[in-house]
Amino acid sequence: MPEQSEHEYLQTPSQTVGPFFGYALPYAGGPDVRAPWQPDAVRLHGRVLDGAGEGVPDAFVEIWGADATGRPSTELGSFDRDQHGFAGFGRSAADRAGNYSFTTIKPGAMREGSAPYLLVAVFGRGILQHLFTRAYFGDEAEANASDPLLGRIDEGRRDTLIAVPDAERSYRFDIVLQGEGETVFLDYGTEI
Amino acid sequence: MHPVANQPDLTQGEIDDEIAERTAAEREAAAGGALPSHPRRDFRPYRSTTLRHPTHELVRADPEEIELVSPAFGHTDVAPEEADMTIQHSGEPQGERIIVTGRILDGDGRPVRNQLVEIWQANAAGRYVHKRDQHPAPLDPNFTGVGRIITGDDGSYRLTTIKPGPYPWKNHRNAWRPAHIHFSFFGSAFTQRLITQMYFPGDPLFGLDPIYQSIVDPAARDRLVAGYDHDVSEPEWALGYRWDVVLTGPKSTWMEPEDADHA
Repeated sequence: MPEQSEHEYLQTPSQTVGPFFGYALPYAGGPDVRAPWQPDAVRLHGRVLDGAGEGVPDAFVEIWGADATGRPSTELGSFDRDQHGFAGFGRSAADRAGNYSFTTIKPGAMREGSAPYLLVAVFGRGILQHLFTRAYFGDEAEANASDPLLGRIDEGRRDTLIAVPDAERSYRFDIVLQGEGETVFLDYGTEI
Repeated sequence: MHPVANQPDLTQGEIDDEIAERTAAEREAAAGGALPSHPRRDFRPYRSTTLRHPTHELVRADPEEIELVSPAFGHTDVAPEEADMTIQHSGEPQGERIIVTGRILDGDGRPVRNQLVEIWQANAAGRYVHKRDQHPAPLDPNFTGVGRIITGDDGSYRLTTIKPGPYPWKNHRNAWRPAHIHFSFFGSAFTQRLITQMYFPGDPLFGLDPIYQSIVDPAARDRLVAGYDHDVSEPEWALGYRWDVVLTGPKSTWMEPEDADHA
């Protein structure tokens, strides 16, 4: 541990969002990171499932993705934007069956040798600290095969990070919180 | 609807015992070293965690560019009036008007500038404007309980609201949440993302609440409690509280340890 001022700015602990965020956090256009009518729009959708295989209705999902060239958007106005821009960030509340859905674009890869992905964060009642994961794209087999993170994941669990093409310009990405098919969740060194 | 969450037969005493047992186990595991700041995800006394925590170890990831920046929220996203939750309707809300202010900093003490803070809470009677909140307390037609703020250049935020009431929540028999305000933060990196709850000093429900007690380190737990600040109070108008927040994340690119292949 570094010696300098390690106790000066101690992190604020996380707490659950609880069940009653529904009138506060979802916002109009939240799931539309890219307007659905735009020719480059793709759908990312799926279910949030608990350890009993039940959909989680009081969960929400955030995505944060780079643009088509692999650069994070610096476009201001993630909330109040027109139908033409791309701010990269979206938020979708799960419905009663635990379904969420976004329209966005397929990002470019951010680094040489890595595969494109969307960063995904999951929040909900009973989730004391939100969970991070990544949604890679099932039709990028070659890039996925060389991606450094995917390469480190047990083969038996790697598929949980792959969004599966299920229709034209549509990908299915279920998020399993626990149990069989449990999604690989990521730690960025914030688990202190 | 959610049988795991609704266990009214379980007594407060049984939950208290589980909390004490878990806290002792965490202390023992830390062996005198630092306790974790964040709650464990599988904190059993909070029953909703039972089916909603991963059972596998999280996989350490090297953050790429998208993880090291945050969405570009800005002043165009939020109207200044959204920082005052007492003026969103034609009448005055019921309850005790309060001011909450503080600074959002990163782990190095640098201000988190021009970033979005979202706020939501129950009204003075402990009732949320949410169709699934069945607590038979009155809704307040003049209080929705939602606010948004963009932090200033010094990372500061300032909020005017109504002190929320405690409310029952069916985790166990006679379970009551301490009064709290929910806060959602974005840092300068997305890995600093934080959603938490701010509590009020001296609440008698702290020791009984499995959500508050899910943070086993008492010092970390205390960091969620705002301080009463008489300099923030406004004469003939509102009591003031100060609450600073520290968002931490990776300071630099994580290097894969050389023995990772054998781990």
